[in-house]
Amino acid sequence: MTSSPHSLSASRLHYNPYALRNVWNRAMNLLAGLFAFIAVLPLIVVILYVLYKGGGAITPAIFTELPPAPGLSEPMGMGNAIIGTIMVTGVAALVAIPIGVGGGIYLAEVAKKGWFAQSIRVGVNVLAGVPSIICGLFIYALVVNTRILWGESFSAMAGSFALAVLMLPTIVKTTDEGLKLVPQELRMGALGIGASRFTTITRVVLPAATSPIATGVVLGIARAAGETAPLIFTALFSPFWPDWLSGLGLLAPTATMSVQIYNFGIMPFAPQVELAWAASFILVVMILAANLLARWLARFSSL
Amino acid sequence: MTSPIAADPIISCDNVTISYGTFAAVRNVFLDIPKHQVTAFIGPSGCGKSTVLRCFNRMNDLIDSFSMTGRVLFQGQDLYAPMVDPVEVRRHVGMVFQKPNPFPKTIYENIAFGARINGFKGNMDDLVESSLRRAAVWDECKDKLQESGLSLSGGQQQRLCIARAIAVEPEVILMDEPCSALDPISTLKVEETLHQLKQHFTIIIVTHNMQQAVRVSDMTAFYNAVEVEGSDGKVGYLAEYNQTKEIFNNPQSKDTEEYVTGRFG
Amino acid sequence: MFSRKKPSWLEQLVDRGFIRVTAVLASVVSLTVFGIFFTVGFQAIFQGDVSSLLPWNQDSIWQGIAAWNDEETFGVRWGAIPHFGLGFLANSSWNPVRNDYGALTPIYGTLMTSALALLLAVPLGVGTAIFLTEDFLPQKLRATIGFMVELLAAIPSVVLGLWAVAMLNSFLAVALPLHNYLGWLPFFATEPSGPNLAMASLILVVMLLPIITAISRDSLNQVPLELRQGAYAIGATRWTTIFQVLIPAAISGIVGGTMLALGRALGETMAVTMIIGNSMNLSASWFSPSSTIASLLANQFGEADDIQVSALYYAALVLIILTVLVNICAQIIVKRLALKYD
Repeated sequence: MTSSPHSLSASRLHYNPYALRNVWNRAMNLLAGLFAFIAVLPLIVVILYVLYKGGGAITPAIFTELPPAPGLSEPMGMGNAIIGTIMVTGVAALVAIPIGVGGGIYLAEVAKKGWFAQSIRVGVNVLAGVPSIICGLFIYALVVNTRILWGESFSAMAGSFALAVLMLPTIVKTTDEGLKLVPQELRMGALGIGASRFTTITRVVLPAATSPIATGVVLGIARAAGETAPLIFTALFSPFWPDWLSGLGLLAPTATMSVQIYNFGIMPFAPQVELAWAASFILVVMILAANLLARWLARFSSL
Repeated sequence: MTSPIAADPIISCDNVTISYGTFAAVRNVFLDIPKHQVTAFIGPSGCGKSTVLRCFNRMNDLIDSFSMTGRVLFQGQDLYAPMVDPVEVRRHVGMVFQKPNPFPKTIYENIAFGARINGFKGNMDDLVESSLRRAAVWDECKDKLQESGLSLSGGQQQRLCIARAIAVEPEVILMDEPCSALDPISTLKVEETLHQLKQHFTIIIVTHNMQQAVRVSDMTAFYNAVEVEGSDGKVGYLAEYNQTKEIFNNPQSKDTEEYVTGRFG
Repeated sequence: MFSRKKPSWLEQLVDRGFIRVTAVLASVVSLTVFGIFFTVGFQAIFQGDVSSLLPWNQDSIWQGIAAWNDEETFGVRWGAIPHFGLGFLANSSWNPVRNDYGALTPIYGTLMTSALALLLAVPLGVGTAIFLTEDFLPQKLRATIGFMVELLAAIPSVVLGLWAVAMLNSFLAVALPLHNYLGWLPFFATEPSGPNLAMASLILVVMLLPIITAISRDSLNQVPLELRQGAYAIGATRWTTIFQVLIPAAISGIVGGTMLALGRALGETMAVTMIIGNSMNLSASWFSPSSTIASLLANQFGEADDIQVSALYYAALVLIILTVLVNICAQIIVKRLALKYD
């Protein structure tokens, strides 16, 4: 058999470690691994940094006290910024979710084609690409500068509007895409037994798509909570507790954790820098938690 | 179990058992594939015929949970020996798949690509033309060599894939149900090319179509599956292997007879 | 038998009202986009606030325009676009004392930081995407790494900025030898001594990596398995398959992801503002402080008034047009390059 002309010499099928293609392959394997390592490295370093520098600064007072005046080291707290972030992000979500989900329903269920729907789709894409600081400038020009909110200029409410503009495209898109995953048979079935479109959408289609929509909304809120640029000219900042008398605190400037990081992080005072790290810690923990929540929500998807 | 047909087998299986994870897909296969003939693998779904086929060019390596015992010999060499380079194996044993899968390149490049990476030094234009001719698809695409391979019809795409495989000049071409996605006319054209090709290549073809096996093959291996005791899975085995006319006219086992006469499967 | 009852007028009203409401809500998106262009454009053309557009307002613009030729009455307070024209884009001076404004420095900074960041982030991101789609590691571990890279995208840019400030000294230590040995290159001409453009580009790389990795990975995963098998079956090695078959098949997604990342880089604000130095002096050196349009806005908008505000809105308009153009190009390229598999 070995004398047959078709028979192979024993080494022909063997791996030749010096063949150019194999050297090249090994080099590229190594390079790809190295790139993946470099890509993950910043995450690990940032998280460790935030845990180390921020985690150490977390005391009960952080949640209950105000920040110190520049140059002082007492009290060490940022309760106002924590409340501010929750307030501003919460109101932004209240504004953006109904508009975004409604718009998404329109795109997915009502008008799939036609110039109007198409122009809205283009609008969603354009809005998603608008830099976040532009959202801030837009709301500044529209709300702050014109004092349209009961004569107030900078206010938590203006900050919420800016964040809502930022969240809007995310929510429209996830709703649109989530609804598209709902099988057509489900709609046919509901319409077939005489349900109106309103009933079909609100009782059958939306519940079926809750999980993907909720996932997208949670991620959108988490992203907005960490945004700074839209807030620096709208919600501004404040070293004090929210002024509950002016529109439940919504009509006065407010501190937020993200703006606090920006303002305090580049100050020459150690207590302020420490508070910036503490705010980073809380923000990052919140956002990681939101991401885990989103993954957990995605599990309930029946689609 | 098998007949001693080939004095000089190009591929032989020596007690091959293939598993995915803990689940055995096909077990204890002994098989000698004769050179320059067409061998057909037939049998019901899930009997492991494609799995065995994919062992011949180490395509199963792409599946994480794959494991194998026994030996697959290609011209006397164990394909699964530790030093063997699967890339080198595939340059000797080509493959055509169930679904036509031309690369998203021009028709010309689809052929030239494989030749180039195999170190082909000759006239590329000639090679492209001769490969397309041998796969009987030259006339249909000679005027659009620079168009995308995806612009062809399904049957043309499959013949382009055959041309792509033979351009590399392998010794063996494996075909995994190459006509299952094609219409009858395209199927006929592919079958015609097989008759031409077996002068240069050894061909192993998996097919669900028994008429096709009769039309194109010299040898036929019938695989069957049995229930595994204590589980709801099935395991495949090589039930009968012989000359095609023997398998279809004078089957030795009852299962084979029932299958080839269309009573099950 | 059922007798199907006709829907009551109330049901019909609810049904039609609901459809209308969703249409109105959807149009809020378009209105917002229009509003952004309109207000930013308005503020770049006029000083004052948008409420002066209302005809019944005291200092309405319409009155100003009506009194156009009357030098006695107060006319329109024109903003940056009428003042500086297109020369704004080529003027590198930014002088609040003489009210002479030009955006060349931040435009250069924006384009340079983005280009540098892409140059590093594209190979890193695509390489990582390939690593995550090949079988180098068990599936579970790959999924974990993929999730970690996605988490990187969720870290707020201001936190990355704070981290970059903390890392500045380590960066300077690394950059100094570059200056010492390669200082004859204009890019390394100045001694790295504080916040600078190179550091801003590096922090942008960190922000772009997850975008490019995630989108490239998705488009590589969508390449049909048959193509990979086809390439392997003719004796292609792993990397021949990747470079010649998989990447060409996934190129539309990879380019799309890169363009999206570019759009993000152009408009990225906080991290860049904290680390770029916010200098309005034009310098070719990557080691000198610089500014981007976004950092200029974040840094100066709070303290600006009159024509400077308008100049900042003009710069903002340039930024919006840049990012929108990039996004439109991205969509066109993706459509052009998209391959059709049935």
